[in-house]
Amino acid sequence: MSTIKVKYFAGIREQFGKAGEDVPAAGLQTAADVWRRVSPVPPPANLLVAVNQEYGALDSAVQAGDEVAFFPPVTGG
Amino acid sequence: MAIRVQAGAFDPWQELADHEAAQAGSVAGKAGGAAVFVGSLRDFNQGRAVSAMALEHYPGMTEAYLEMISREARSRWDLLDTLVIHRHGPLSPGEPIVLVAAWSVHRADAFAACRYLIDELKTRAPFWKREQTPDGARWVQPDRS
Repeated sequence: MSTIKVKYFAGIREQFGKAGEDVPAAGLQTAADVWRRVSPVPPPANLLVAVNQEYGALDSAVQAGDEVAFFPPVTGG
Repeated sequence: MAIRVQAGAFDPWQELADHEAAQAGSVAGKAGGAAVFVGSLRDFNQGRAVSAMALEHYPGMTEAYLEMISREARSRWDLLDTLVIHRHGPLSPGEPIVLVAAWSVHRADAFAACRYLIDELKTRAPFWKREQTPDGARWVQPDRS
C-alpha cells in the first residue's frame, strides 16, 4: 500500500466537506505534511491529531499504510 | 473489565444488574464497594434549550481509548472490575449517554477509579456532540469545568 488514509470528524469534516480521503504517501513524513497536502490553510491551533487511532501531534511520524485523523476538541461523556 | 460503544439506548441500572449477575466468582462477594456514574443528556446547555442531540464518534478509536483508560484505572487502583458504556448517534434529552462503574474491595479505590474514568473519557475520548437548539444545530464547545 502506498497511500495514507486520512479521516476527518465533526467540525473539521464539515470544513473539508467529506469524511476522509486517501493521499499518496510519497514525500509525507509527518502529520503536518499530511495536513499541508490536503489543506491550503494552516491547521487550527486546537486541532487534534490521531495516527493509527492513537493520539499524536502534527509532528508525529507517518508512513504508507497509516491512518491519520484530524478533529476538533472532543465533547464526549 | 468491559467497555461498549453502541448506537442504541440503554438502561444503565439494568446494565449494572446484568453485569453484576455475570461477574465471575473473583468479584461476587469480594467487592465491598461499587462506584457508579451515569451521564445523561440535559434539555438546556450554554444558554439554549436542547431538543435533540447527534453524537459523532471515531469508530475503532473510541473503543480502543475506553479500553486504554480502563486498563490504566486498573493499574492505578486496586479494582475488581470496571464497566464503561457510551452511546453514539441520535439522543433525546433525559436519555443516558454514558455509564461508568468500578468495583473494589474497599470504597476508596472504586470512588477514585470511577472519577478518573469519567474525567478521562470527557477529556479525550473521541466523541463530538451536536445539539439541536431553537437557533439551529451547533457543535457543543468543550467545557473545562
